[in-house]
Amino acid sequence: MSTETAPQKATSQVPDSSGRFGEFGRRFVPETLMHALEELTREYERAQQDPEFLAELDKLLSTFVGRPNPLYFAERLTEHCGGARIYLKREDLNHTGAHKINNTMGQVLLTRRMGKKRVIAETGAGQHGVATAVACARFGLDCVVYMGEEDIRRQKLNVFNMKMMGAEVRAVSSGSRTLRDAINEAMRDWMSSVEHTHYIIGSVVGPHPFPMMVRDFQAIIGREARQQCLDAETRLPDEVIACVGGGSNSAGMFYPFVDDESVALTGVEAGGRGPAPGDHASTLTYGNKGVLHGSYSYVLQDEDGQTQDVHSISAGLDYPGVGPEHSYWKDTGRVNYVSVTDNEALEALQTMAKLEGILPAIESSHAIAHTLKAAKQRSKDEIIVVCLSGRGDKDVYEVARLLGQDLD
Amino acid sequence: MTEQTRIASTFAALKEDGHLAFMPFITAGDPDMDATLAVIRELGARGVDLIEVGFPYSDPIADGPVIQASYTRALDKGLHGNDIFEGVASLPTDELPALVAMASYALLFRRGVEQFVKQAVEAGFAGFIIPDLPADEAEDVGKIVRAHGADLIQLVSPMTPKDRAISILKAASGFVYCISVAGTTGVRDDLPPELTEQLNWLRTQTDVPLAVGFGIKGPEQVDILRDAADGVIVGSAIVRMMEGLGKSAEGDASTLAEIGAFAESMVQATQKK
Ligand SMILES: Cc1ncc(COP(=O)(O)O)c(C=O)c1O
Repeated sequence: MSTETAPQKATSQVPDSSGRFGEFGRRFVPETLMHALEELTREYERAQQDPEFLAELDKLLSTFVGRPNPLYFAERLTEHCGGARIYLKREDLNHTGAHKINNTMGQVLLTRRMGKKRVIAETGAGQHGVATAVACARFGLDCVVYMGEEDIRRQKLNVFNMKMMGAEVRAVSSGSRTLRDAINEAMRDWMSSVEHTHYIIGSVVGPHPFPMMVRDFQAIIGREARQQCLDAETRLPDEVIACVGGGSNSAGMFYPFVDDESVALTGVEAGGRGPAPGDHASTLTYGNKGVLHGSYSYVLQDEDGQTQDVHSISAGLDYPGVGPEHSYWKDTGRVNYVSVTDNEALEALQTMAKLEGILPAIESSHAIAHTLKAAKQRSKDEIIVVCLSGRGDKDVYEVARLLGQDLD
Repeated sequence: MTEQTRIASTFAALKEDGHLAFMPFITAGDPDMDATLAVIRELGARGVDLIEVGFPYSDPIADGPVIQASYTRALDKGLHGNDIFEGVASLPTDELPALVAMASYALLFRRGVEQFVKQAVEAGFAGFIIPDLPADEAEDVGKIVRAHGADLIQLVSPMTPKDRAISILKAASGFVYCISVAGTTGVRDDLPPELTEQLNWLRTQTDVPLAVGFGIKGPEQVDILRDAADGVIVGSAIVRMMEGLGKSAEGDASTLAEIGAFAESMVQATQKK
């Protein structure tokens, strides 16, 4: 296959009806899932046209999630850098403390529309697991969350949270025991349960329609931020920055700006310990085009097509793939992707806490770390908006451990 | 494309004899390629009709725990795609049952579909099962496979609606892989009654042979399928036996004998009238 298309200009009018973002995306899944994906696509399209569905989602987002959250001018961070004015989009202030709940609320409403009673999800950092558990508790649905053993260790607090919400957390001990293996396990569950179970994927990955649907549910981040920036500064930002794991907070942040050509978009990947294979999770920076988890995108794999192990300090960025729309944005040059190391992220987390009184998630700290560099390169009348995708409470044990302190 | 493919002629001959095809699945390279080649020879000697050879993949979402674990073992030992091609190429494949490569699309895409298919056919494979390449995405791959004189096997699942099945069958050649139950590979105790219904309906829609896989554990289930299907595929049950390989010379010998005896019991069951 691979009809290599010349990189055209990126537009927001993607994907097409077969789930193509340029050449990327589509569906590479077992036949057993195809019908469910077709059904889900149809149901999602209907829901998008249904004013009642949209009103219910809006209401939940405002009364339960706490939207809109603020676009906050980070005055001391700005002073510290001495360059561009830095604004934080405060997704950390959502209920459950991250952007993930924007997606789970939308998908849980869809689950109900489809008459399904059971929900499964995968989680890395646990934020998506918690957001799914919360949404299921709110609507009385059965919830099973797959989570790698290694992530269960790093994200204890979230594991306990999920259980409190009535979700069952299933430990995944295959492969690297992280996010990628949790997705495999969730897909397998779905293969045998698809008739009565909906799989709420936590990022803009997987087969069509997931990358489109999750992006749409997350696009509220960028829509709000864009308007809030216009309100505060009477103009659009010069640059928008977000971290990229699977790519959902960044896709939601970037998407409403894609057609604003004056706005530079920068995605920040996990650079881990460095550029050697296995030491990072910078899929777009170092990866190749390939197939993983049902879609065609950039992926970290060896010359045979076997997925490579990845490393990041952050359980939420520790993923060898990335959403297909990001691959499209990369190849069209619409978004610039950079990489930030574990240590830089850890440092940015502390800087943010000390200067702004905000403890960011270790994932979001990658975006902050790059923002600190980018702001210095820009003049004082330029504006940077960065997505603070989540709060750092879940990370305190791991951060303390890395800083050589013991909390127990 | 007037000449019959190897797989098509295999099924045609079985039909004349009134036999079902027995098609065991084995993982390549678990514990190593020498063992795999020994198992292929053993299965050939016991009279199986086709052999499916699984290419280990790091993220096999269609497979259950037994096959996944065998893939992981093979990969942990450093198995590469070229080892499989070279190993199979060393066999007298014309004298053995037809070999069908089962490989994730991730592996074909990375190598280049044309290159993968070419290497596989040169090594002696007669067909391809790509479990994560749905019919909707399979057109170009199908052309490449046919150009090499091989078959791209299409899959139909219990979840496949009729209109979808009809369009899948249009592209079918060799045989149709009928997944017996929604879910991953793995042994199950019984087969769902809807299966025969679906097989009977598929029969009215296509002349391509129907082979049933996923969850088949032994000769008992062949009887249930005798009238409805043209072939049966057994995977996890044999892969589990293969866990006994690579530990000691005696262990290898007794495991091979166990696999051989199982294969023979299946062959007998598929030849019963
Ligand atoms: C706070 C936070 N930010 C970012 C991510 C990365 O995911 P994505 O790239 O889909 O936004 C996660 C994932 O768990 C997260 O919890």
